[in-house]
Amino acid sequence: MEALYENLLQINVKLLIMWVIGGVLIFLAIKKQMEPTLLLPMGFGAILVNLPNSGAITQVQEGLEEIGVIDLLFNSGIANELFPLLLFIGIGAMIDFGPLLSNPKLMIFGAAAQFGIFFTLFLATVFGFELKDAASIAIIGAADGPTSIFVANFFKSNYIGAIIVAAYSYMALVPIVQPPVIKAITTKKERRIRMKYSQGDVTKTTRILFPIIVTIITGLVAPRAVALIGFLMFGNLIRECGVLDSLSETAQKVLANLITLLLGITVAAKMQADLFLNTQTLLILALGLIAFIFDTAGGVLFAKFLNLFLKNKINPMIGAAGISAFPMSARVVNKLGLEADNQNFLLMHSIGANVSGQIASVIAGGLILNFFG
Amino acid sequence: MNTENILTSLSVMGKGMLGIFIVTGVIILSVIALNKITSPKRKIAKKENDDNENADNDKPE
Repeated sequence: MEALYENLLQINVKLLIMWVIGGVLIFLAIKKQMEPTLLLPMGFGAILVNLPNSGAITQVQEGLEEIGVIDLLFNSGIANELFPLLLFIGIGAMIDFGPLLSNPKLMIFGAAAQFGIFFTLFLATVFGFELKDAASIAIIGAADGPTSIFVANFFKSNYIGAIIVAAYSYMALVPIVQPPVIKAITTKKERRIRMKYSQGDVTKTTRILFPIIVTIITGLVAPRAVALIGFLMFGNLIRECGVLDSLSETAQKVLANLITLLLGITVAAKMQADLFLNTQTLLILALGLIAFIFDTAGGVLFAKFLNLFLKNKINPMIGAAGISAFPMSARVVNKLGLEADNQNFLLMHSIGANVSGQIASVIAGGLILNFFG
Repeated sequence: MNTENILTSLSVMGKGMLGIFIVTGVIILSVIALNKITSPKRKIAKKENDDNENADNDKPE
């Protein structure tokens, strides 16, 4: 009986705050349907690891170390970068690069919309973070969960829990974060610009060679990111080759679901109150938001810059779709286009820019690893 | 505030953005080239050329 009270007495304010945070994540996942596949397991995991003497995480009891299952999963799935890479096979199998391949110039917006990463890197160092931690925080701007986990883990950042929470939360918040930024830096006239869409013929050969070529180019420039881009493109090759439909389907559904299921709850290993509850976490959440804002602004302003030289103007909002948050960002741009002119359909262009953001964010992650690794 | 870190991050900002644009540019050029090489029009044109050549060769001298 005494043992029961003993554990109850160990409940403190920090643990209670983490339960509330866990509850909020579960609420957002269920009620607001914000990235429920990740926020729900993370929320539950946050409660699980913050129970006094939780057996889900490693504890030292009477001088003996008892390995907790969440720590075990973390060490075997995230610390060695396995889960994000496996998830990338599934994501690669889900992506149709068709709109991008029929209009490859759209890829340039994927590059421009990575500006937020580098701007946030600069800001994080201004706030006193060490370079490797600053780089891990900046990669929230990749708007790409697996890349954020991969980079933060590669640098052994202590802030990995906050970084992942920020990365996935802001991805879910793209429909709220992007519109005001886009509207602030574009005129209604610009948002009304219509763009012709001509669906070019993309041959099967192109679809098959594309993932191979991208892997080779990125691997040569950023060898440390070759696993990331390689697994993404491997998934896409399975999809496009036409002879592995069953594997492609498994990667898209079973594999992606299984990894996602474990990923969320495993991340909770880094959401223990002592690691998570500090001023840096709040700062990281703020910096993550700044990263998303400057990604959006970078893409839009680059499109406006190009318009100075182009005869057929681009709708500058397409630049905002260059962030990796797929397909939310493409949908936001299409919606804003229709809002400005109810006949202005931008979806195919924005999807092209959006999938290019997937590739560019991985390249950015690879370059960051190269610079600081 | 560590001035050295700030200066490094500024330099990485420049190099990083340049790096992304260069890599993306190379990928864009590769895709354009790939589309041209594998385009059905080009294949049809090549087939027509071959057919014409064969027809010329089959003509009695």
